[in-house]
Amino acid sequence: MSVLTTNYLVPTGREEAWRFTPLKRLAGLHDGTAVVGQRKSLAPSHDFGPGVRFSHVGRELLAPLSQSDDVIVQRVRENALEVAHLEILPNSEIAEPLMFTRVQSGLDSAEFSRVRITLGAHSKATVIFENTGDSILAEDIEFDLAPGSHLTFVTLQEWESKTVFAASHRAFVDRDATFKSICVTVGGSLVRILPTVEFKGAGASVELLGVYFATAGQYFEHRMHVDHLVPNAKSRVNYKGALAGEKAHTVWIGDVFIRAAAEGTDTYELNRNLLLSDGARADSVPNLEIETGEIVGAGHASTTGRFDDEQLFYLMSRGIELDDARRLVVRGFFNEIVMEINDEKIQERIMNRIDGELAKVGS
Amino acid sequence: MSTLDIRGLQVSVETENGPIEILKGVDLTIKSGETHAIMGPNGSGKSTLAYSIAGHPKYKITGGVVTLDGEDILEMSVDQRAKAGLFLAMQYPVEVPGVSVSNFLRTAVTALRGEAPKLRTWVGEVKGAMEALSMDPSFAQRNVNEGFSGGEKKRHEIMQLELLKPKIAILDETDSGLDVDALRIVSEGVNRAKKDNNLGVLLITHYTRILRYIEPDFVHVFANGRIVEEGGPELAEKLEATGYAEYVTN
Ligand SMILES: Nc1ncnc2c1ncn2[C@@H]1O[C@H](COP(=O)(O)OP(=O)(O)O)[C@@H](O)[C@H]1O
Ligand SMILES: [Mg+2]
Repeated sequence: MSVLTTNYLVPTGREEAWRFTPLKRLAGLHDGTAVVGQRKSLAPSHDFGPGVRFSHVGRELLAPLSQSDDVIVQRVRENALEVAHLEILPNSEIAEPLMFTRVQSGLDSAEFSRVRITLGAHSKATVIFENTGDSILAEDIEFDLAPGSHLTFVTLQEWESKTVFAASHRAFVDRDATFKSICVTVGGSLVRILPTVEFKGAGASVELLGVYFATAGQYFEHRMHVDHLVPNAKSRVNYKGALAGEKAHTVWIGDVFIRAAAEGTDTYELNRNLLLSDGARADSVPNLEIETGEIVGAGHASTTGRFDDEQLFYLMSRGIELDDARRLVVRGFFNEIVMEINDEKIQERIMNRIDGELAKVGS
Repeated sequence: MSTLDIRGLQVSVETENGPIEILKGVDLTIKSGETHAIMGPNGSGKSTLAYSIAGHPKYKITGGVVTLDGEDILEMSVDQRAKAGLFLAMQYPVEVPGVSVSNFLRTAVTALRGEAPKLRTWVGEVKGAMEALSMDPSFAQRNVNEGFSGGEKKRHEIMQLELLKPKIAILDETDSGLDVDALRIVSEGVNRAKKDNNLGVLLITHYTRILRYIEPDFVHVFANGRIVEEGGPELAEKLEATGYAEYVTN
């Protein structure tokens, strides 16, 4: 357990966790200068049927599941008076995705939003967050997965161009539970998301998937942290990104720890980046620390490349124009992850947005 | 009636030690309905000829002209050459991850015809082309060339040849890596395209085996970046017996 921190240490940029982030562009979320608004922008997009409860509860009724050493999370917990709480009752299998939208919040003040998503034992659900418009938003989501539960969480960052979004998505995954997150970041000025997994019971399994597409001036950071503390748990990380345009910058960090007790761990993490123009920068840092040799497997891979001329030539030799060939290749690159979103309308919307981002590049 | 006319074609590639010339003046004319076999040893420049005509960016044209029905194709982009009626079945077809065969074919045929094909007739066309080449229907859902066996890649190339209906096709070692059954199936596909579309074929091969299935009207021996001998089908018989040794000079 980490030590309780009460004094906020404003990051200077020299800390490992902040070394890439342009702090000046965080709109004061990290240093206390942001104007605290009291909006609660998270709203269900439809009525939820039986087996599901959604409510806002006073923060004194729902203490955080663990301390956080992230200064923005600490500020969320200080400023958010209520917690948006989604509960899936034990043994409930919810077939239809539970959709949430964040109502446009504007840029006059910052929202600090605490969310808890609780899955009862042997329950199953898909939860989708749709983030659109422009906001300054700090988000602290804790996922609490009881034994044998299954959650798919999709978070769509389809922000407009001015958004500042800093999020911590921390999952506590108990015995035989499965957690799959799909994180799509295609909009915003600065987006920083920290998907974190703490295994609580043996036999649990997580999949962290993501796609991102940054164009000129955008900064998107995805920083995973997967902690194998228990035996026989499995984790898979697969993030794919494309970048184009002057000062487009993406950061992917994959920290995976296999503790001494985590025998039988099976983990693999992968990050692929497609650099579509000069002037863009992709940082990709996989990091695997292993304290026991008694594991099933552990690996990582990271690649950053440009358009493959051979692929473009092959497509064009069949009459397909350059722009269409590039579009096919980019769609194909993202396809394996976008197809994991179990909703054809959303898949097509994301692919169209990706086409749109690509069209900004020109050829 | 179409004519692909290659005159004095010279091509070089860029290497670490500067450009090296690979094609040293190639002359060849192929008309609709004709089948020309180009035979030659490995490394003689056969694929370079095929890629240069198709417009691969790696190859630099340093001399000569190539026209299709009088139009200078060397001035055209790669997709324009395909639209003009050229097709290249590649020796090593390229994998395109995440792009399904069905999506790829639909995009290609739409580009070539200038409009999307009617869905129902198109689905039928694809199904028919796949059946004719003994390909499993599930093939359409797989990603282009990804995880295909050597034989599947070649069938996929010939399936495109039949669906996209070019005027002139260059087949670069379509026979290599095929077992006897696959060779027969693929050859029948080429012969159908010849018969149905009056296709002109430039058949590049290392071996005479495929010429038993696809009969050439002309045989050209290729060595060291140029055509060194020309004749009818009997020239292939001779090569079968003697090999390329007499053409290779060091
Ligand atoms: N990028 C390259 N760098 C150096 N040599 C090359 C390159 N590409 C092709 N070549 C050379 O060009 C020659 C012709 O190659 P290719 O056209 O593939 O021959 P073929 O198809 O007849 O076997 C070979 O000697 C090959 O090594
Ligand atoms: Mg070759």
